[in-house]
Amino acid sequence: MIAQNFEYETPSTLEEALELLADGAKALAGGMSLIPLMKLRLAVPERVVDLRRVPGLNSIRVAEGQLHIGAMVTHYELESTPLVRRSSPLLAAAAASIGDVQVRNLGTLGGSIAHADPAADYPAALQALEAVIRIAGKGGERAVSAAEFFVDTFTTALEPGELVVEVSVPVEAAGTGVRYEKCEQLASGFALVGVAARVAKKGGKVSMARVGVTGLAGSSYRAKNVEALLEGTTGSAQDVTRAAAAVAEGKEANSDIHASADYRAHLARVYTARALRAALGTAG
Amino acid sequence: MASTVTKTEVLFGKKMKRKEDPRLITGTATYVDDIQMPGMHHAVILRSPYAAARIKGIDARGALELPGVAAVFTGADVKDVGPVPCGASLPGLRVPHHHVLAQDRTYFVGHPVAVVVATDRYIARDAVDRIEVDWEPLEAVAEPEKALEAGAPAVHPQWPDNKAFDYHQEHGEVDKVFAEADVVVKQRITSQRLIPCAMETRGVVAEWKSGEKSLTIYTSTQIPHLMRSLVAGMLGIPENRLRAVAPEVGGGFGSKLNVYAEEALMGFVAMKTGKPVKWIESRRENMLATTHGRGHVDYYEIAAKKDGTIVGIKLKLIQDVGSYHQLLTPAIPTLSVLMMPGVYRCQNIRADIVGVFTNCVPTDAYRGAGRPEAMHGIERMVDILAAEMKMDPAELRLKNFIQPEEFPYATATGLTYDSGDYAKPLKKALGIAGYAALREEQRAARSAGRLMGIGLSTYGEICAIGPSPATPAGGWESATVRIEPSGKVTVHTGCSPHGQGEETTFAQIAADELGVDFDDIIVLHGDTAIVQYGIGTFGSRGTAIGGTAMYFAIQELKAKIKRFGAMMLDCDDVTFSGGRCVCDKTGKSVSIQEIAAASYRAMKLPPKTEPGLVATYFWEPPNFTFPFGAHVVVTEVDKETGDIEVKRYVAVDDCGKIINPLVVAGQIHGGVAQGLGQALYEEAVYDDSGQLMTGEFMDYCVPKSTMMPWIEDSNTETATPVNPLGVKGVGEAGTIGCSPAVVNSVVDALSPLGVRHIDMPMNREKIWKLVQGGAA
Ligand SMILES: Cc1cc2nc3c(=O)[nH]c(=O)nc-3n(C[C@H](O)[C@H](O)[C@H](O)COP(=O)(O)OP(=O)(O)OC[C@H]3O[C@@H](n4cnc5c(N)ncnc54)[C@H](O)[C@@H]3O)c2cc1C
Repeated sequence: MIAQNFEYETPSTLEEALELLADGAKALAGGMSLIPLMKLRLAVPERVVDLRRVPGLNSIRVAEGQLHIGAMVTHYELESTPLVRRSSPLLAAAAASIGDVQVRNLGTLGGSIAHADPAADYPAALQALEAVIRIAGKGGERAVSAAEFFVDTFTTALEPGELVVEVSVPVEAAGTGVRYEKCEQLASGFALVGVAARVAKKGGKVSMARVGVTGLAGSSYRAKNVEALLEGTTGSAQDVTRAAAAVAEGKEANSDIHASADYRAHLARVYTARALRAALGTAG
Repeated sequence: MASTVTKTEVLFGKKMKRKEDPRLITGTATYVDDIQMPGMHHAVILRSPYAAARIKGIDARGALELPGVAAVFTGADVKDVGPVPCGASLPGLRVPHHHVLAQDRTYFVGHPVAVVVATDRYIARDAVDRIEVDWEPLEAVAEPEKALEAGAPAVHPQWPDNKAFDYHQEHGEVDKVFAEADVVVKQRITSQRLIPCAMETRGVVAEWKSGEKSLTIYTSTQIPHLMRSLVAGMLGIPENRLRAVAPEVGGGFGSKLNVYAEEALMGFVAMKTGKPVKWIESRRENMLATTHGRGHVDYYEIAAKKDGTIVGIKLKLIQDVGSYHQLLTPAIPTLSVLMMPGVYRCQNIRADIVGVFTNCVPTDAYRGAGRPEAMHGIERMVDILAAEMKMDPAELRLKNFIQPEEFPYATATGLTYDSGDYAKPLKKALGIAGYAALREEQRAARSAGRLMGIGLSTYGEICAIGPSPATPAGGWESATVRIEPSGKVTVHTGCSPHGQGEETTFAQIAADELGVDFDDIIVLHGDTAIVQYGIGTFGSRGTAIGGTAMYFAIQELKAKIKRFGAMMLDCDDVTFSGGRCVCDKTGKSVSIQEIAAASYRAMKLPPKTEPGLVATYFWEPPNFTFPFGAHVVVTEVDKETGDIEVKRYVAVDDCGKIINPLVVAGQIHGGVAQGLGQALYEEAVYDDSGQLMTGEFMDYCVPKSTMMPWIEDSNTETATPVNPLGVKGVGEAGTIGCSPAVVNSVVDALSPLGVRHIDMPMNREKIWKLVQGGAA
C-alpha cells in the first residue's frame, strides 16, 4: 500500500498542465481513484500533475439552457449547490449517491468520468442527460457526447495527454421527472447497477424517456430500446415493466463474486422499473 | 491533600464514560506506528503471490543496489530461528515446521518470503519489487472438503491426505437414543471463513540494545507476556532480556491472540542490523496474512422425542486449518464441541472433528472462537427440529432448557455450567419484541404475499478462559495494586485490554473497594517491564479473571490498611469503608491517603507489617463462566432483489453482574455488528487456485454504521458463583447470539417457499435465487 516514487507538479494554467501531461504522467484531481491505484501499484505514473491550481475548472454556470460544470467540481458541490439541484436534480442525485462524505468532498466530476469505472454513478446520469463533455488537448479543444465518451471499462474517448475541462447538461425543463436508483455493491458502495431515468409526459402519454445504465456492462450506456418501448405509452405499471424488461438486451452483463451476470441483468430490470416509476411519479 | 469525607457512592453498576476514550478519539493515543526512534529502519515483506509454489531461487541483488536499502533477509538467513509456535496440542496433531520466512516452498498467498530493511518505508517497498524469485507454481487446494478428496493436491507433501488432526468426543448412549428417537433431523451447516479486520493492522517495532544485550518488541498484540516467552525461545535469547510492549492496540478480535512470524522476524532484523526496525502491516497484508476465523463445515444430526425433548446430538466437524497451525488453531474447533449442546439438557453427544490443511492463511480465534460456530449449529438445528415438528421455536427451546435449579450443571461434554436461568432472557426478549403480536403481523404479511421472518437464538457461551488445566499456557490472571504515598492508585493488570474498556471497569471496582476517587485510579497494562507476568485479553476473560485478581490484591491491601489504621488510631477493632479506617469504639478515623503516607514514611510500623501498600495477586479461577442470552430478530425479504432488511433487533444478554452498562452495551453492539457481518455480508473467498478474492474493503464487506439496525439491548443479571464479583464476561456474546437469530429469521421468512436452511453469508443473490427456485 505504498506508491512508487513519482514527481509532483502543480501547474497554474491549463496550457502548463497539458504540457506537463506528457508520457508517463497522470492528472490528479481528487485522488479518490488514482491514489488507491498508485498505492496498490496498479498505476505507476512517473509524474503526477495536480489540477487544483488550474483556473477555470471549478465553475458552475448556466448559459443558453445548459448547465456547465467544471471538471474539478467535487461530488459534494454538485450534490449541495442550489443551482445544480435546481437545474439538474438528476446529476445532483447521482453525486449524492457516491461513496461517503469524505470521498464526495474530494472526488470530482472530471476525475470520475475520466477514470470511467464501469460501476461509477455519474455515467448513468450523463447518458440519460445526453451530456456533452468538453475536452482540451495540446492541439485545442473538442466536445464529445456521453455516448461517445464512455467507451469501455476504464476506457474513454480521451486521448493521451487530454483533459476533461467541462461537462454540460441540459437545464431540466419544468415537468420532467427524474430519478437515480442505485443498487449498491455493499462492500465498495459502488453501483452493482445504477439506473438514471428522465421522463416527460404530454397529453397523458410519455413524450420523452431517457434511461442511462451503469454497473451492468463494461461501460455505461443509454438504454434506447427501453426508451422507445416507453415513449408513446401512458406509462402504466405494465408499460414500465415491459419497457424495463428490455434494459439488458444485447448487453454482456458483468459477473464477479458480488453478482452473477444473470442476477445483474435481473437487478438492472428491477432498478430500471423502479427508476422509471419514480420518475413518472414526479413528471407533470 | 488528605480527604476527610467518607466516600459512599457505589460505582459498580453505574454507567460511566470510558477513561480510555478521550485519547482514542482525539488521536493522542500511541499505537505501534506512532513510535519513532532515532536511526530506525523500516521493513517491508515480500510475500508469495502463489498459494503453492516452489522457490527455486531468490536474487536480491537488485534490491540491495537501491540506495537506502540496509539489508535483505530470506529463508536461508532465518533457518535457525525457531518455528512459529502452535500452543495447542491434540493427540496425533500434525504440526508442519513453520519457519518465519518460507524456505523452499510457499503454502499460501501472502506467505512471507523475504524482508527488505531500508532507511524509509518507500525505499523498502520499492526494493521489494526488485527481488527476483524463481517460482515454480504448484497446484493448490483452497477448500477443506476438496482437500479431503482423494487425489487432491497435498498442501504439505508429507501428508497427502491433508489431514491435520482427528478428534473424537462422545458421551452417553448416542446410537441407542438415535435408534429410538421419534424424530431425527440432519443438516449440513457451514460457518464461513471470515477476516477479523481489526481497525489497526498488525505492526512491530523492535529495538536491540547491544550493550545491554536486550531486545524490546513493541507489537500490536493481545498477549504481550506470552508473546515474549515464545519469541524469546524462537530467537534464543533469555526471556528476561526481552521486553514486550503492547502499546495502544486498535482491536484484535482474536487475530492478535497469536505469535506471528513477523514478531520474531523483526527481533531478528533488529539484532542483525543493530538498528531499530519498524514493520507496519498494510491492509492488504492484513487480509492475506493475519489469521482468519471460522471455516467450518458441520454435519449435524439431532434426535428428539415426540414431545420435542432433544435426546441426542451428532456432529461431524470439518475445520479449515489453512496452511499451518498458528497459536491456537487446532483448539478452536474443540471449543465448538465443548459447547455443542448449547443451553439444552442433552446428555448424549458424539463429535468428530477433522482438521484439514488448505493452501490458505491459517484460521484461529476470531470473536467468539468456536462458540459462534457451535451456537450457530445448535440454534439452527433447534429451529429445523421445530419446523419439522411444527412446534413454535420458542416453545421448543423452553421445553429443553436446563432449569435454574439444575445448576451447577454437568454437561455431556465435560463442562460444569456455573449458573443460569435461560428462560429469563428469552421471555424478556419475546416480551420486548412483542412476540405474539409479531406472529400476528407475520400472518397478515404472508397473506399479503410479503416475506417476513421472526427468528430467535438462545445461546450459551463459555467465558473467563479459563482454569489453567484447560488451557495451553495457564488460565489464571494477575494484578498488582499499588497505593502510592499520595493515596493515588496504580493498578497493573496482567491482561491486555485493546478496546474493551477495562481501564474504566477496573477503576470502578477499585474505587468502590478502596473508597478512592475514580479519577485517582489508573490501570496500566501491556508492558512486561512494568507489569508482572500475565496471560492476556481474549475469551471474554479480562474482567472475570483479571478483575478478580485485582479484587483479591485489593483485599490483601485492605487487611494491611486496617493494620495501619488500627495502629494510627490506637484501636483494636477498626472498620475500613468509604476510604476511611474507623475505630469501632471511638468513632475516630483516618483516611486511606493518610494511611498511605504513613505506610511509606514508616516512622512506625504495625506488628509483622512491611512498609508500603503494594499487593500482587495471581488468581486461578476454579471454573469457566457461562453467560447466556436471547436475541430476537425480525426481517423482511425483498422478493424482487433478495435484499434482507433487519427490521427489529432485540438482544437480551446475561453476562452476570454488570459493572458498567455502557461498556456492556458497547460490547453487545460491536459483537452484533460482527455477527451481522457473518450472517449477511462477510466471507473470505479464495478461488480454486488459492487467490484471495476479497483482499480489500472494496470486496470484503464489513457492515458499515449505515447498515446497522437499531439494537434494542437490555440484560438480565444472573451472578456467577465462580468469582466474588459475580461477573461472567461479555466480549463475545453479541456475536455468538447474533448469526443464528438472523439466519433463523430469514429462514422463517422464506419458509412458506419450502426453505429450510440457508448458509451464510445470506447475500442478496443467494436469497433471490431461493425466492425464484424455492427450497434449499
Ligand atoms: C471509498 C470510496 C468510495 C467510492 N464510492 C464511489 C461510488 O459509490 N460511486 C462512484 O461513482 N465513485 C465512487 N468512488 C470513486 C470516486 O467517485 C472518485 O472520486 C472518482 O472516481 C475519481 O475522481 P477524482 O477526482 O478523485 O479523480 P482522481 O482519482 O484524481 O483521478 C482519477 C483518474 O482520472 C484522471 N483525471 C482526473 N481528472 C481528470 C481530468 N480533468 N481530465 C482527464 N483525466 C482526469 C486521473 O489521471 C486518474 O486517472 C469511491 C471512491 C472511494 C475512495
